[in-house]
Amino acid sequence: MGKITLKSVRKSFGETHVIPGIDLDINDGEFVVFVGPSGCGKSTLLRLIAGLEDTSAGVIEIDGTDATALPPAKRGLAMVFQSYALYPHMTVRKNIAFPLKMAGLDQAEQDRRVTHAASILNLSSYLDRRPGQLSGGQRQRVAIGRAIVREPSAFLFDEPLSNLDAALRVSMRQEISELHQSLKTTMIYVTHDQVEAMTMADKIVVLNAGRIEQVGSPLDLYRSPANLFVAGFIGSPKMNFIAGAEAQRQGCATLGVRPEHIDIAPDGPWQGTVGLAEHLGSDTFLKVDAGALGTLTVRASGEVTLSHGDKIRLQPQPDKIHRFDTDGKALR
Amino acid sequence: MARSISQRRKTINTVLAWSLGLLIFFPILWTILTSFKTEGDAIAYPPKFLFFDWTLENYAIVQERSNYMRYLWNSVIIAGGSTLLGILVAVPAAWSMAFVPSRRTKDILMWMLSTKMLPAVGVLYPIYLLFIKLGLLDTRTGLVIVLMLINLPIIVWMLYTYFKEIPAEILEAARMDGAGLKDEILHVLTPMAIPGIASTILLNFILAWNEAFWTLNLTAAQAGTLTAFIASYSSPEGLFYAKLSAASTMAIAPILILGWFSQKQLVRGLTFGAVK
Amino acid sequence: MATKASRSAARLMMAPAVILLLGWMLVPLVMTLWFSFRTYLPLRGGDQGFAGFDNYVRFVTSSAFWPAIGATLTIVLGALIITIVLGVLLALLLDQPMWGQGIVRILVIAPFFVMPTVSGLVWKNMFLDSVNGLFAQVARMFGATPVEWIIDQPFASLILIVSWQWLPFATLILLTAIQSLDREQLEAAEMDGATAWKRFWHIILPHLSRAITVVLLIETIFLLSIFAEIKMTTAGAFGTKTLTYLIYQRVLESQNIGLGSAGGVYAIILANIVAIFLMRIVGKNLDR
Repeated sequence: MGKITLKSVRKSFGETHVIPGIDLDINDGEFVVFVGPSGCGKSTLLRLIAGLEDTSAGVIEIDGTDATALPPAKRGLAMVFQSYALYPHMTVRKNIAFPLKMAGLDQAEQDRRVTHAASILNLSSYLDRRPGQLSGGQRQRVAIGRAIVREPSAFLFDEPLSNLDAALRVSMRQEISELHQSLKTTMIYVTHDQVEAMTMADKIVVLNAGRIEQVGSPLDLYRSPANLFVAGFIGSPKMNFIAGAEAQRQGCATLGVRPEHIDIAPDGPWQGTVGLAEHLGSDTFLKVDAGALGTLTVRASGEVTLSHGDKIRLQPQPDKIHRFDTDGKALR
Repeated sequence: MARSISQRRKTINTVLAWSLGLLIFFPILWTILTSFKTEGDAIAYPPKFLFFDWTLENYAIVQERSNYMRYLWNSVIIAGGSTLLGILVAVPAAWSMAFVPSRRTKDILMWMLSTKMLPAVGVLYPIYLLFIKLGLLDTRTGLVIVLMLINLPIIVWMLYTYFKEIPAEILEAARMDGAGLKDEILHVLTPMAIPGIASTILLNFILAWNEAFWTLNLTAAQAGTLTAFIASYSSPEGLFYAKLSAASTMAIAPILILGWFSQKQLVRGLTFGAVK
Repeated sequence: MATKASRSAARLMMAPAVILLLGWMLVPLVMTLWFSFRTYLPLRGGDQGFAGFDNYVRFVTSSAFWPAIGATLTIVLGALIITIVLGVLLALLLDQPMWGQGIVRILVIAPFFVMPTVSGLVWKNMFLDSVNGLFAQVARMFGATPVEWIIDQPFASLILIVSWQWLPFATLILLTAIQSLDREQLEAAEMDGATAWKRFWHIILPHLSRAITVVLLIETIFLLSIFAEIKMTTAGAFGTKTLTYLIYQRVLESQNIGLGSAGGVYAIILANIVAIFLMRIVGKNLDR
């Protein structure tokens, strides 16, 4: 089981209200990603759930019981830290076995679980090494191993991939997703990287300045962002925002169109000059100076051969246009 | 290094550095050599560098005459005692400042440092008087207490900087893993802190061993350490070079060896973390 | 990470260290202040009552005061200049590639571990003595007249001894600082065409400035209170009575406690002026 409910959870450090008040339901077996820019309170929220920080007000329920005042060890959660937080003086085997030892399991059971976790995570041949002798990816696996042996009701991940290089990040991302598929345990994952959020999450929680901007599945957030912040944060390259006359003509304060929803068409209503053209092979990203509309990013197919200075006309896909009011809220 | 240094330059560096190193080390070397000479060879003109009749008699004479063992024992007890006592007081303090910092932590650290700056001579008489009143003058207990107090700021600071290097996340991980405060200290914190504590003990043992002001002014025959033992050679025994050398060698040898192991800690301990 | 329970535990754990140091600081300090306002001669009638600022005035107007200040400044400044200049040069040299670097390092650092009484006596007798000292013998080999170092050149002698003791400290710290310099910065400067001298002047020296300041301040605090070296060599004769030594003589040798205590207060103030600067640097480092 791993159902976590936050009710009006608040956190203040002195006069600073890091989290002014959050309500959230996380269902059993869900992969939830907290995403937001740095300083948005996502890590603090995770640490509140973990019990590493005291809540200033509100209630945290885990599987229906009030866990607000429980110490971290009593909550039945496991956490993977950004720095891995492995015990440098213990071997991999002892690191993974540590929570089991703390729980008072007998040696045979400890060995059985460590061996099992090590085989899942491809760590079997490193069990007698120390963390200092491992690569970044291996350390990451040990940290995960230490979490899974406890068979927790939920896993908490605090930006676990941010210390890895790009290639490793992609493969670890897949490993964690596969782990979730096989364990079917609740996972809460904090990241500032919207790609990680989009690729891994069942449910994304977008946070900004300690508040929830929107909760939904990756495609929900992509298709219908609730406001300008979410619209700008989810999706890469970023959504184009157009204010001024063109927006007014369409009855809103700001108009949003994703780069992939603008087509190059000889009879399109918008015209502009190609600035930078990035040819990635599969795609081409164009920065188009569209006069009063501002600079627009356009995603074209990889075969496009436009380059700097070319004049083009653009056609936004009419059903993919997002409209926002003066407060930044989406108009529907 | 991305590029190779020319052998010629490396040779010049080596020759220069070795000459200067030997020049700086020479007084110590000369003292050690002289300790193996007869008194005659010690003042021979021209000076004898290596070719003399090596003898151990100076060591025997010094031992016999000045009760070297008692001074040595005092040094060990006083330097060791004050260091261990300091560690006992400092570990909890440094631990709490490093892991449960409050707004006042920095002020407390700075204030502790400021007590180290108090010139000893400024409070010489009060301490002297208190020692007489409390019957501590020329006792090992008294010196253990004073040396513990003068080195306490350094001990707290060194431990603090070492503890600071233990990432808070590891302690949090231990807590998530179900470790209580006792397990956390026993299984995680202590093993990680032991190298730092050992270095701190080492450096402070050296500092206490070599302390001269309080040792010279607060001890006499009973609690005198090796510092005081050497001071008793000031005159006229100082003119017997071979014996002076033997006594000096015996006084500095143990600490010279320990000192070579503590180079890195020296920087950390004496600059209060200001140079890394 | 801190919860309420751990905070009160932390305060409890800090208490012994804080209370001990507070006592160690306050009790003698208050006593020194008290004595400094008394006429107190333990061997000649004991405490003879309130003296106002007499002791303070007498201490600075005595004929020994200004020479003591002069002696203190000479020794402190002399040793500072020598140890820092040579320390920078030695550190630069030791940072270069060479054979047996570790051993050279050990040789250079060794004097720091020699107890002050040993270095005082060994230097005075075995090197500086005008009859059998090694310096005198070497001078005689070259046909020169041996110098009575301790008597004729007492300051040079003391500065030599003290510098020899503190050069390792300066070298070691400056070497640590040099090694923390980003090598790429130097390579970039080399690419930009900076000569070795310019690299030293514009990159290495500014990088070292903080370490130099730290060495300067810490050495000053220790050098202001050197004692055993003087006691073992000149015993304050030949004009080498420093402020520390003067106070020591007033207190323990002539047993004029009031006067000595007033001197002690001056010494404390002087040390505090230096300390403030040092604490600022250390404090800044704590914030990072």
